[in-house]
Amino acid sequence: MGLKAKDLLTMEQLTPEEIELILHTAKEMKFIIKRDIKKVPTLRGKTFITLFYEPSTRTRTSFELAGKYMSADVVNISTAVSSVTKGESLKDTGLTLEMMGCDIVVIRHSMAGAPQLLAQNLKARVINGGDGFHAHPTQALLDMYTIKEKLGGFRGLKVAIIGDILHSRVARSNLQGLKKMGAEVWFCGPPTLLPKGLEQMDVKVTTNMEEALRGAHVVMMLRIQLERQKAGLFPSIREYSQLYGLNKERLKLADKDALVLHPGPINRGVEIAAEVADSVQSVINEQVTNGVAVRMALLYLMLGTKGE
Amino acid sequence: MEYILQNGLVIDPQNNLEKELDIHIRDGVIAEVGTGLSSPQARVLDLRGRIVAPGFIDMHVHLREPGGEAHETILTGCRAAVAGGFTAVADMPNTKPCADNEGVVELVLARSRAVGLARVYPIGTISKGQKGEEISEIGNLFNAGIVAISDDGKPVVNSEVMRHALKYAQIFNLPVISHCEDPYLTENAQMHEGYWSTQLGLKGIPAEAEEIMVARDILLAKLTGGRLHLAHVSTRGSVELLRFARQQGIQVTAEATPHHILLTDAEVAGYNTSTKVNPPLRSEEDVQAVREAVLDGTITCLASDHAPWSQEEKEQEYAKAPNGISGLETAVPVCWDTLVVKGGMKPQDFIARFTAGPARVLNLTTGISPGLPADLTVIDPQLVKKVEVSKFYSKGKNSPLDGRVFQGWPVLTVVQGKIVMQDGMVIGGREQDA
Repeated sequence: MGLKAKDLLTMEQLTPEEIELILHTAKEMKFIIKRDIKKVPTLRGKTFITLFYEPSTRTRTSFELAGKYMSADVVNISTAVSSVTKGESLKDTGLTLEMMGCDIVVIRHSMAGAPQLLAQNLKARVINGGDGFHAHPTQALLDMYTIKEKLGGFRGLKVAIIGDILHSRVARSNLQGLKKMGAEVWFCGPPTLLPKGLEQMDVKVTTNMEEALRGAHVVMMLRIQLERQKAGLFPSIREYSQLYGLNKERLKLADKDALVLHPGPINRGVEIAAEVADSVQSVINEQVTNGVAVRMALLYLMLGTKGE
Repeated sequence: MEYILQNGLVIDPQNNLEKELDIHIRDGVIAEVGTGLSSPQARVLDLRGRIVAPGFIDMHVHLREPGGEAHETILTGCRAAVAGGFTAVADMPNTKPCADNEGVVELVLARSRAVGLARVYPIGTISKGQKGEEISEIGNLFNAGIVAISDDGKPVVNSEVMRHALKYAQIFNLPVISHCEDPYLTENAQMHEGYWSTQLGLKGIPAEAEEIMVARDILLAKLTGGRLHLAHVSTRGSVELLRFARQQGIQVTAEATPHHILLTDAEVAGYNTSTKVNPPLRSEEDVQAVREAVLDGTITCLASDHAPWSQEEKEQEYAKAPNGISGLETAVPVCWDTLVVKGGMKPQDFIARFTAGPARVLNLTTGISPGLPADLTVIDPQLVKKVEVSKFYSKGKNSPLDGRVFQGWPVLTVVQGKIVMQDGMVIGGREQDA
């Protein structure tokens, strides 16, 4: 049993069973990462390309290691040093890679829908490594893995996602995934960073951080970008931090065993205080390990089980 | 060539005519309208069951020449026009260079005459270089042959410049066609703001970005007494402002596009860049309001906003792809199907939106009566056909309607007494480069 669709573009497309399968497989994969010799031959002879149109350390390295731990041949393309700087279109770049024989491409792009465009033009499988404000399914899956590992499941959980919801693909993908698994999701941020149309989605929305935190089992803090302040969406980092920063005092409003997540990279002292980021409730570093496990699981399910 | 168009249902809103009649065409003009007409030299076409209307005018198209020949030329655009049942088009000035000087206007007129299909009425820019800073030499443009001024594609942000344009254009009785958009509310934005923009992660354009400018321009029309025409109205709020202006007796007209009376922002799901257009596809509520306004006559014109793009321009990331829908060859069936078949609109009112409505705005002649140029559009109201973009005469295959089926297609286009389209096939049109 693998995944139904050719590509992984959004959380929307996955069934609860598929999500369970990915999380279950990731658990197996995590054992490999913990080993001394971190290598299995599962994907030997498979070629895997990371195509990144946006800077990224975490996601790209995580995918690269996931491929390497499973013996796939991994090629990393960063567009800053590729033909893209010569004006090659996304379609042509994709076709070129396919002609070289790649089996799977993970794409990160600043423009929403770019993975869809690539997927429509390729026979190779495509994984969305984050597109614009649209979707970041592998991040949602690793967040969900982390939550499940620590709390056992999703049903009945209150998950508060706090920060720049408007520009967050992480928030959108987590909402879709967590709702499917039965969690209650809250979005919280300044009104200027909450998008329109949330009332038509199954999410609780508040601009009051205390309300979002009260009784929450999971607190997911989002990174705030300085450029949003420059665009006038909030007056200053200082005020943002005062209103929407997570500190020890505020965290007490949440469930006493609440987990603190952050997709990284974190702005210490801005959206999250150092004392919280480094506390026992914080699983931010474990999210990174889990990210590799989840991506190994996806590569396995999308490549390793072909033909079964 | 002489023709007698026999037994068609002649509908001419200009003369409030709706009757089964024959039309005798001779020397490019309508010689006679009546019953039982005959002439030994004339070729007779039996149009029983068809509707014969004055030539349809598409008052908002982008023929792209000069400068954008990869996307459309005057030749291909005029073929698309007559294929779509239009005998005349008004050509927007945002070419490269733009029509802020007589040279470009003369080029468009000369080339369209050489092509010899649809009539092309050039529109001049409001401001030099469409920069919105200084008004163009509107008098010189008028003398060269423009029928309106517009900075379409861009708003005139500076209210003082818009005020001057509305005032100055009155010397020549020219309408000012406004592209209403507050650019600060649309910066880097890709689609209508709402549920779907949030779902798809694309930056949204609120309806208010249009409405703020509609309100401003209506007030400037009141201030100046100028003739304001609102291009591509797309929101409920704009429609309400338009009604307010009418009640106040302010001179303002408006047009709606086929896509804004049919398609909603839900079409963007899947990131098909053919759905990317400015103003964007709006909410269901907006679509209904605009449709309602066309039905009740608040909006007196339908126009395609034909904006052809080459495949490579549209085959990009959604945010990179340019705005626009190739609309000339689908405008009539989309509107007929939506408004007449499904909306219960009277055919005469429908025809007025493509004839008397735009003719009044652009100071053009329309009608079916002896002595007028024989510009006619014939519609088969029963014909059901599928849109196939690959068969478009236009170079722009960028239509979100590919594969959809509509009822009510143009089957004959006559320009100056010449049949230039019959049963969807374009006849004539001089070949030229590109």
